[in-house]
Amino acid sequence: MTRRLTPAGTVTALVLALCAAVPYLAPALDEPFYVIVFARIMIWAIAAVSLNLIMGYGGMISFGHAVYLGIGGYAVGILGFHDVTSAWVQLPVAIGLSAVVALVFGVICLRTRGIYFIMITLALAQMVYFLSVSAERYGSDDGLNILWRSDFGTRLFDLEDSVVMYYTIFAVLLGCLLVKWRIVMSRFGMVLRASSSNDTRVQAVGVPTFRYRLVAFVIAGVMCGLAGFLQANLERFVSPDMMNWHRSGELILMTVLGGTSTLFGPVVGAVVFLMLSEILSTITIHWHLVFGPFLVLVVLFARGGVMGLLGSRARHD
Amino acid sequence: MTEDTRDAVLVAQGLNKSFGGLQAATDLSVSARRGEIHAVIGPNGAGKTTFVHMLSGFLRPDSGKIEFQGHDITDLSPAARVRRGLARSFQITSVFREFTVLENVVLPVQSRQGHSFRFWRPALNDPTLLEPARALLEEVGLGDRADAVAGHLAHGEQRQLEIAIALATRPSFLLLDEPMAGMGPDENRALIDFLGELKTDRGMLLVEHDLDAVFALADRITVLVYGRVVVSGSPDEIRKDAQVRNAYLGETQM
Repeated sequence: MTRRLTPAGTVTALVLALCAAVPYLAPALDEPFYVIVFARIMIWAIAAVSLNLIMGYGGMISFGHAVYLGIGGYAVGILGFHDVTSAWVQLPVAIGLSAVVALVFGVICLRTRGIYFIMITLALAQMVYFLSVSAERYGSDDGLNILWRSDFGTRLFDLEDSVVMYYTIFAVLLGCLLVKWRIVMSRFGMVLRASSSNDTRVQAVGVPTFRYRLVAFVIAGVMCGLAGFLQANLERFVSPDMMNWHRSGELILMTVLGGTSTLFGPVVGAVVFLMLSEILSTITIHWHLVFGPFLVLVVLFARGGVMGLLGSRARHD
Repeated sequence: MTEDTRDAVLVAQGLNKSFGGLQAATDLSVSARRGEIHAVIGPNGAGKTTFVHMLSGFLRPDSGKIEFQGHDITDLSPAARVRRGLARSFQITSVFREFTVLENVVLPVQSRQGHSFRFWRPALNDPTLLEPARALLEEVGLGDRADAVAGHLAHGEQRQLEIAIALATRPSFLLLDEPMAGMGPDENRALIDFLGELKTDRGMLLVEHDLDAVFALADRITVLVYGRVVVSGSPDEIRKDAQVRNAYLGETQM
């Protein structure tokens, strides 16, 4: 299928090209700090992409999505604390634990809709947050340092190498975008999008929607758990703050900012959100005074977010 | 009131339903046969929609039993009933407004092909979904509107799509909740003809306000008032029934 390059498509290509080039571009511009900035941005982007699968396409506004960042992160932190640094243990634990938690939380909160869904996801996520705060052995509020990044057992793929670390994050982001794109367009995605539009009608054509919504909730949880796994490795640090409720709020903001129900919107949202806060905070310590109204304006006047402004039709770009 | 339940496909027996103090269905028994249109009429608040909700599984009766093709379906979910061939349309247009017309019928086609836990292949590149969906749109006269966004359709077209979605599940029995709602006279005429053609191979239960449509289509008519069956019979019997004239048809010209 040939298609002319849309503005939204151009932005997508540019942002991805920028992400790919940063490890070479940043040192050349004498700003090596931007390598870690972009690594962080991409991790947030993965988390926002995962949230958008359920929020933008499934109509499930989870206000507790950052909990999976924490779970993925603590899987690395706690196992590392007990000298289990093998990625072949840490990664399955991060994914498995995220899936189990998402399954349990999903079964509970998918029985509700609208504001109740938002409040229950928030409450459940805060339970895990307070669990991590009370875990004195693992540093409570102060968090846990990670001495060794996840070890894949081969020199060819060593996360201690910052370039490998960076491109691993980049590859996971691309992978998540691909998976999300295929899911959204698939039969499963049809059911998910339809149930967000009119759940009663989906049931009335013979599809029991609950199990589909639940599976989507678990997929999104696992994807975000993967982001947590990467974040812990990148920062060599985990703390309860990773899954504090305002992190979940920021994920929602990034998604809305970039454009819900668009494939790439959350990535753009993460870039704009984090770059803007980065830049504004170097200009003034009162940067929230500028940032807050900016977000309000976007929500009020650009309902489709940045991608909407660029003319991206929902869910097709 | 006892009914002849021979040949009956869909049988409701002694359904009761109350919402707080309001008795929306009292000892409601109706049986509908294959190849016939069974109309349910009654004044506003007679419990017609409640009845359809119970038959389709969106409301659970307080007591009573619903049988479809000889099986007790009282405890089945709405989705499970559709998979057995009992589909419904909605009084308030209930299409997927953000979807194209084609996508609206792809979903039910996909549903009748089994589970939708297929994550990789794009649904809209799949000829096994698109071909039946397009054929169905042709059949209901929406063939040239396949790529339009459903929310942008004219009201009459949305009502057509409403029925098309239900038909796309290939039901053996169709529950139609006021299919004529809000349609103009010409559109009505076309829809009446269309529904008349449909009944040959399936049964239908038609809840409708438009009496012209009801008397043009129905093989049997049940009159509901305050959640009770007042009378049930052939269109001729209903026309002549004094009770019906008083309770419901009183001021309508017959």
